[in-house]
Amino acid sequence: MSELPRGQRNSAWGPGFWAGFVACAVVLALAVPILNLWVPSNSAVALPDYLVPLLGKYLCYALLALSLDLVWGYAGILSLGHGAFFALGGYCMGMYLMRQIGTRGVYGNPLLPDFMVFLNWKELPWFWWGFDHFSWAAAMIVLVPGMLALVFGWLAFRSRVTGVYLSIITQAMTYALMLAFFRNDMGFGGNNGMTDYKDILGWDLHQPSTRLGLYLVSTTALGAGYLLCRFVTISKLGRVLLALRDAESRVRFLGYSVTNAKLFVFTLSAVLAGIAGALYVPQVGIINPSEFSPGNSIEIAIWVSVGGRGTLSGAIVGAVLVNLAKTWLTGAAPETWLFVLGALFVATTLVIPRGIVGLLHSARWVRPRATAPLPAGE
Amino acid sequence: MNTATAAVDTLLYLNGVTVSFDGFKALNELSLIVEEGELRTIIGPNGAGKTTMMDVVTGKTRPDAGEVFFRGTADLSRLDEAAIANLGIGRKFQRPTVFENLTVLENLELSLDDSRGTLRTLFAQLSPDRRDRIDDTLARIGLTAQRAQSAGALSHGQKQWLEIGMLLIHDRSLLLLDEPVAGLTDRETEQTAELILDLAKDRTIVVVEHDMAFVRSLGAKVTVLHEGSVLAEGSIDHVQNDPHVIEVYLGR
Amino acid sequence: MRATAITRAARATAIVLTLLSAALPARADEFATLVSALGADSFAEKEQAITALGKLGDGRAVTVLTSLNDGRLLKAPDGRVLVSEATKLLDPLTGADAPDLKADALDRIRVNNRLRGTIQGALGGLILFSADPAARLAAAQDALRYPSADEAALLEKAIAVEKDPEIRAAMEQSLAAARLVSGTKQERLAAARRLGTTTDPQIKNLLDEVRAAPDTDREVRQAAEAALASINNRLWLVGLVANLFQGISLGSILLLAAIGLAITFGVMGVINMAHGEMIMLGAYAAYVCQQFFRAFLPPGWIDAYLVLAVPVAFLFAGAVGVVLERSVIRFLYGRPLETLLATWGVSLILQQAVRSIFGSPNKAVSNPSWMTGGFDLIGGFTVTWNRVVIILFCFVVLGVLALILNRTSFGLQMRAVTQNRPMASVMGIRTARIDALTFGLGSGIAGMAGVALSQVGNVSPNLGTIYIVDSFLVVVFGGVGNLMGTLVGALSLGIVNKFLEPAAGAILGKIIILVAIILFIQRRPRGLFALKGRTAEA
Repeated sequence: MSELPRGQRNSAWGPGFWAGFVACAVVLALAVPILNLWVPSNSAVALPDYLVPLLGKYLCYALLALSLDLVWGYAGILSLGHGAFFALGGYCMGMYLMRQIGTRGVYGNPLLPDFMVFLNWKELPWFWWGFDHFSWAAAMIVLVPGMLALVFGWLAFRSRVTGVYLSIITQAMTYALMLAFFRNDMGFGGNNGMTDYKDILGWDLHQPSTRLGLYLVSTTALGAGYLLCRFVTISKLGRVLLALRDAESRVRFLGYSVTNAKLFVFTLSAVLAGIAGALYVPQVGIINPSEFSPGNSIEIAIWVSVGGRGTLSGAIVGAVLVNLAKTWLTGAAPETWLFVLGALFVATTLVIPRGIVGLLHSARWVRPRATAPLPAGE
Repeated sequence: MNTATAAVDTLLYLNGVTVSFDGFKALNELSLIVEEGELRTIIGPNGAGKTTMMDVVTGKTRPDAGEVFFRGTADLSRLDEAAIANLGIGRKFQRPTVFENLTVLENLELSLDDSRGTLRTLFAQLSPDRRDRIDDTLARIGLTAQRAQSAGALSHGQKQWLEIGMLLIHDRSLLLLDEPVAGLTDRETEQTAELILDLAKDRTIVVVEHDMAFVRSLGAKVTVLHEGSVLAEGSIDHVQNDPHVIEVYLGR
Repeated sequence: MRATAITRAARATAIVLTLLSAALPARADEFATLVSALGADSFAEKEQAITALGKLGDGRAVTVLTSLNDGRLLKAPDGRVLVSEATKLLDPLTGADAPDLKADALDRIRVNNRLRGTIQGALGGLILFSADPAARLAAAQDALRYPSADEAALLEKAIAVEKDPEIRAAMEQSLAAARLVSGTKQERLAAARRLGTTTDPQIKNLLDEVRAAPDTDREVRQAAEAALASINNRLWLVGLVANLFQGISLGSILLLAAIGLAITFGVMGVINMAHGEMIMLGAYAAYVCQQFFRAFLPPGWIDAYLVLAVPVAFLFAGAVGVVLERSVIRFLYGRPLETLLATWGVSLILQQAVRSIFGSPNKAVSNPSWMTGGFDLIGGFTVTWNRVVIILFCFVVLGVLALILNRTSFGLQMRAVTQNRPMASVMGIRTARIDALTFGLGSGIAGMAGVALSQVGNVSPNLGTIYIVDSFLVVVFGGVGNLMGTLVGALSLGIVNKFLEPAAGAILGKIIILVAIILFIQRRPRGLFALKGRTAEA
């Protein structure tokens, strides 16, 4: 009976899994504060303050990659518009942070952010109402990407837009949003976006301690997101998703609503992406429309691909590794970065379609199962 | 009104169903009645409309004209695939389609007649009696030993059986089998015929098939389709002696 | 710019005017009087003299007025007015040297901005008599801006000696405008009727002023209203034609960008995200051809560079396409999402490679002389030759492609391979070779699209990214695997875009189209001209 789904689930949440999970969480959550705060700054392993938000940024990217892996790796939906959900979450957070500036802006207007004063606006647009409260902003961070995904997904999945067509219209979606957010009269700062934040929930964003706090929140979000995704993929719904990824119409003939199943993961995934964006903005200190660019969204797919899609941990590994490489290369040899990124796209799809974690699995270093095998043909 | 009354007694009722693809009529005013508890075989040359007929019944294709009723009341031409499946109509495809990346056992688990709701499946647990049911079905289709294998690793015949098992486990009242013995060995064909006859004891089955020996071994009522409508109907001997059928199959 | 152009034209025609004025000896004295009046102390007197000189139609006035404008008109203590030309002082009346005076002993005649304006106006009137037809035409059109009785008188004179019908028409139009504001009632009515056949916004404003002026005669007012209505009708028509043409022009560019994609995506099912970069490579091929002609061939041959650029771009982009197919895409058949990612990677590499070789700044590719300029289709809207050529080119490419697909054995083999690969290979078709060539063909056409794009804009490494989303939308909108669908999709997108732009603005228009297509794909997931039936469900 041990191979029954019930048994599988027990092993998926078994002591082996928790040991690994806790070990990773402890390393991420404790090592950084210790190296940053308690190791003397002249030591070789000391972590300088400026690196903390950088690591926090990687964790946000990892959560974003995780959200894409949930829909792509398990339900076969290659969304090329996940950057849009990320950016929308980021904009919600940015709006809150802008309202926190208050009279400390260049124009000192207590109500209007600087760019509105600059545009000669007289009052706050209605969609900015409530963003001075963190709870409202937090609700919007979840609701705005979630609702967009719900409506967009409902339209797309109901009409059975699948595969490449879906990828292209999600790309068109983020492209349209990018064009919209570039407009000044949208009320989101146009070209320049929003920046010059001062503090979050009363803590000064320039203080190393705030940054460390944000890093820890990002770690927690990533850990919680990972557990949530794992719960979904290991459930019976996870098996329905795998089944519909490989033979969608067969799942319909079994009586499952493919539309609802897809809509559920797509929306959940968009919400995770939105949260990632919201955590990203205070750590990098800016949000602008370029986050919506189709290129950004497609880059997420390469993080997942490098790490191994259909393996949740792979998405995290891929996001961190690719972005480490990006940070290092754009500093050391900027003109080579696009060559490397392009080569990564080609190489992972041709040489290691299962990604790094997939390779480890097939080498049996890691126990298989609880990861989605690759479909024979998309 | 009188069509509704005519349809009430029958399990599956098709009347004047027409489907055309770019001017080509795949089904041309097809009328067909399948009674409760019947085992029916449908034969016909390529392009006769056999698969399209199944597509219409299972909601994959919407008819351009005509009516399709299940148990006299459910208008199948208005429902989608999932709703039709949940009425108790199951389908086996021409090419065996099992979920290759799931294990045999998981394939059956998804086919159980549990709730199909998305949130329900998220929190679903497998109860002991469900597990017993899976075990029974595994034994019936002879795949107990392969339960933990991924379905993609099964042989062609095993996939066919798994697919039948997936229909079986749900206790559906109408099964549509599209060429269940295509590509099977003689031995496997024989076993499949036995399985179908066994299943037919407590449910209605419609089998679409090319293999005349197999059709004969089922010994059921035969409907011959040609160019989208019924050419002949009756016992296998009756239709094989029908001059129209002979012309269609041997003539030209 | 404009002032010097007028000045130059004025100088060139001084001789003609001198001859004209020789026939009018009675005015010679008046000219002398007016010239000496320029030396007056008050600006008001100077202005009167300038205006009078302008109306005189005397060629010598051109020299005098331009010198005055440039501060080269000097006044001697004895009251004589002289022109300082290089090192010499000239008498404007005779054109002879005046050696008895030294330039530094004379006073410069001062002008202010108001006078400069008057000078330009006076010179503008004089240029109506220029020997240079282009200058006369410009002056005739320019006269529309200062409608007055004086202007009317001047125009009447000019029309009497004008031979060129086009310039004459322009002069008559300006004359009508002048009469509309200054003529008798009969003249005004006739002028309003005459002006109703034009589309010039200046005339529209003029008619509007006349209509709105409180002291306008009722009949004249009605005539002005009728003329306005007629102008509005014409403007609407011109706007329609302009939008239609620009829409077709944009559509033809989208079509060129999408045709190649219709082959690689539509026929082969390959999602090539590097398609835009094939376009970009084609555009750079055109740039390289242009530079090659400039550097190595006689200057007279430069106009032919485009003729060479088309095949070069086709072959180069096609070759890159074949290499891409053989090295990457062939391993990914049947895995469209992975093809998408891999080719995106290729597009990044190609962009960066071009950036490394040619640098990031835009490169200008100039139109050959036979593609510059344009013609006025209906009054007020100019059709440019480069766009016309691109539209024609686009249809030629589409036609040739349709012939290749439907009439050649390569086309037949290509369709066979894409429809049933195993069967085609059993029948002896070398499927791998056909794949590579088909992909090469699609890429080559993208290269030619790049040449066309280089003729309407600058060439930059990210040229392709601008068109990739649009091209995919065209193919998806039109229906995959259907050239007719691609044609209809591209043209309708182009035209809708151009009609939306004035109403909603360029960006909002684009967003509306994107949203509309997203909604459209929900309704018709397989496009406008979708194949229906069991095979299409695969």
